[in-house]
Amino acid sequence: MILNGCFLIGLCAVTLYPIWYVLCASFTSNAYLVSHPGFLIMPHEFTLGAYKLALTHPLLLSGYKNIMLVLMLALPLNMLLTLFAGYFMASKKVMFKPLIMSLILFTMFFSGGMIPAYLNVRDLGLYNTLLSLVLPGALSVYNAIICKTAIEAVPDSLKEAAYIDGANDVVILGRIVVPLIKPTLAVLLLYYGVGHWNSWFNASIYLRDNDKLPIQNIMRSILIANSNVLNSAAAESDQVNQFAESIKYATIILTTAPILCIYPFVQKYFVKGVMIGAVKG
Amino acid sequence: MMTRSFTQRLQRDWSLNKWKYLMILPVLIYLALFSYKPMYGLIIAFKDFKITRGIMGSSWADPWYKWFANFVTDPYFPRVIKNTFLLSGLTILFGFPAPIILALLINEVRNKSFKRTVQTITYMPYFISLVVLCAMIKVFSMQDGLFSQIANSFGGASQNYLANPRYFRVIYVLSDIWQRVGWDSIIYLAALSAIDQEQYEAAKVDGANRFKQMIYITLPGLLPTIMILFILRMGSILNVGYEKILLLYNATTYDVADVISTYTYRLSFPTSGSPMYSKSTAIGLFNTLINIVFLLLTNAISKKTTDSGLF
Repeated sequence: MILNGCFLIGLCAVTLYPIWYVLCASFTSNAYLVSHPGFLIMPHEFTLGAYKLALTHPLLLSGYKNIMLVLMLALPLNMLLTLFAGYFMASKKVMFKPLIMSLILFTMFFSGGMIPAYLNVRDLGLYNTLLSLVLPGALSVYNAIICKTAIEAVPDSLKEAAYIDGANDVVILGRIVVPLIKPTLAVLLLYYGVGHWNSWFNASIYLRDNDKLPIQNIMRSILIANSNVLNSAAAESDQVNQFAESIKYATIILTTAPILCIYPFVQKYFVKGVMIGAVKG
Repeated sequence: MMTRSFTQRLQRDWSLNKWKYLMILPVLIYLALFSYKPMYGLIIAFKDFKITRGIMGSSWADPWYKWFANFVTDPYFPRVIKNTFLLSGLTILFGFPAPIILALLINEVRNKSFKRTVQTITYMPYFISLVVLCAMIKVFSMQDGLFSQIANSFGGASQNYLANPRYFRVIYVLSDIWQRVGWDSIIYLAALSAIDQEQYEAAKVDGANRFKQMIYITLPGLLPTIMILFILRMGSILNVGYEKILLLYNATTYDVADVISTYTYRLSFPTSGSPMYSKSTAIGLFNTLINIVFLLLTNAISKKTTDSGLF
C-alpha cells in the first residue's frame, strides 16, 4: 500500500518536473541558463524579458493569428459535419443507411496516405492557403461515432413528439438533440480544438510562406530546426541573442499554457469522451 | 410488381427521410473529396507519375509492380523495415502494459483526493504538443543538459544524447510512455470500475489477499478490454510515430531512427533533387496493406483464444 503510494508520487514528480523546469527556465535570465545547465528548482535572476520579446515578435504573433484563423474557420465546420454524421448514423429506418455507414466507416481503416493527400490538396487549389489546414480532416469519423452514441441516448419519444408537431430533422437536431448532448459536444469541440492547436505536419507540407504558418510550425523552426527565423526577421537581433536560451522556454510555455490552463476544468469531460468512445470500441 | 414496389419504397423513404439525406450530403461530399479522391490517387503507385502530366496523363509503370520491386531492392529497405518493427515492437512491449499497470496501481488507492490528483497529473502530458515535447527532449539531452546532469550524478559522462544512436530508441520509447501512460490508463480504469464488487467480497470471505484478488478477479475482468486495444494497436504496427521521429532524428541517427514513413517523407520532399511520388506512394500502400494483415491476424488469434474480437 505504502510502496504503491510512493511509486505514484514518484511518477507524478517525473511527470511534472520537466514542465516545472521549462516554467522556471522561462523566467530565468539567459546568462544563468548558459552558465548553469541542468537542474532548476526555482527561477534564478527572475526576468520577464523572454516573454516580452516573444510576445512582440512578428513571426510568433503571425503564428498565433494564423492558428486562431484556422480555429475560427475549422471548428464550426468540424462540429456541423460531426453532428450531421452522428445524427444520420443514429437514425433508424433509413433505407440507404447501411450503405452510407459502410462508406463512412471504411475511411477509418483505409486511406490514400501522405502523397495522394498532398497531391489532392494541390489539385483542389488549396496549396499554400490556410484552407489546406481547415478542409482536409474537417470530419473525424471517430468523433462522429462518439456523437452518434450520445444522440442514441436521447429518448426516441422526444424526437417522435417533435416530429408529430411538424418539426423536420434539422429542427429536431437543433432544438432537441443539441441541447441534450451539450456535454458531449463540449468534449468534441475540445478534441478538435486541441488537435488543430497541436498539429504541425500538414502545415509543413501544405504551406510555403513563413507568414502563413501556424504557431506550432513557428515553434518548430525556433526550437527544433534551430533556424534563425527570429534573428533574420527581427531588427533588434542583439536583443534576441541576449535571450537565445530563455526565449525557447518562454515560447514553449506560451503555446502550452492555454491548453494546460483549461485542462483541469474540463478534464472530467475529456475522460467522459474517452469512455463513450470506448463503449463502441 | 417488384419494380413498382421498389420505386414506392424509394419515394416513401425520401418523403420520410429527405432531411436526413440532405444532412449527410455535405459529409459525403467531404468524404468524396478528401478521403475517396486520395484513394483514387493511389494508382500513381502503379504509374510513372509526373506532376506536370497529372494522374491521368502519366504513363503506367512497366512492369506494374515496378515501384514495389524498387522498394524491396532498395539499399535502405532492410534498415527502414528493421527500424520500423523495432521501434514499434519496443513501443508495444513497454508502452502497452504500462497503462494497465498504472490503472491497477491507481485502482488500489483508497484515498479519493490522492487518486484524483494522480490522475489529473498523469493525464496532463497527453495535451502537450509533439513539437513542444520534442523541443523539451532536445534541450534536456543537450551536452550538459538535464540528462547529462542526471548521468553525472550516477558517474556517467556528459554528452548530447540525441546525437548518439545508442540512446535514440530509449528516448523514443520512454518519452512516448511519459506522454501517453496516464491518458491510456483511463480506458482500463473505466473497465476496472465495471467489475462486480461482490466478487471481491466473496474472494475476501474465501481468504484471498489483495494480490490474489488482482490475479483471479481484476485481470480476468480486464482481459476483453486488453484484447480489443491490443488488436487495434497491432492494426497500426507499421504506423510508428513518424511525426515525432521527423522532429527528433538527424543524419547521425538515421541508422536507428529512419522508418518506412520517414523514408517516404524524404523521398517525397527531398532537400535536393526531384521528388519520387510514385515510389513513395507505393511504399505507403505497402505499409497500409501490412497493417490490415496484422489487424486481421491478431483479430483471428484473439477470437480463437479469448473469444473477444473486433469483427
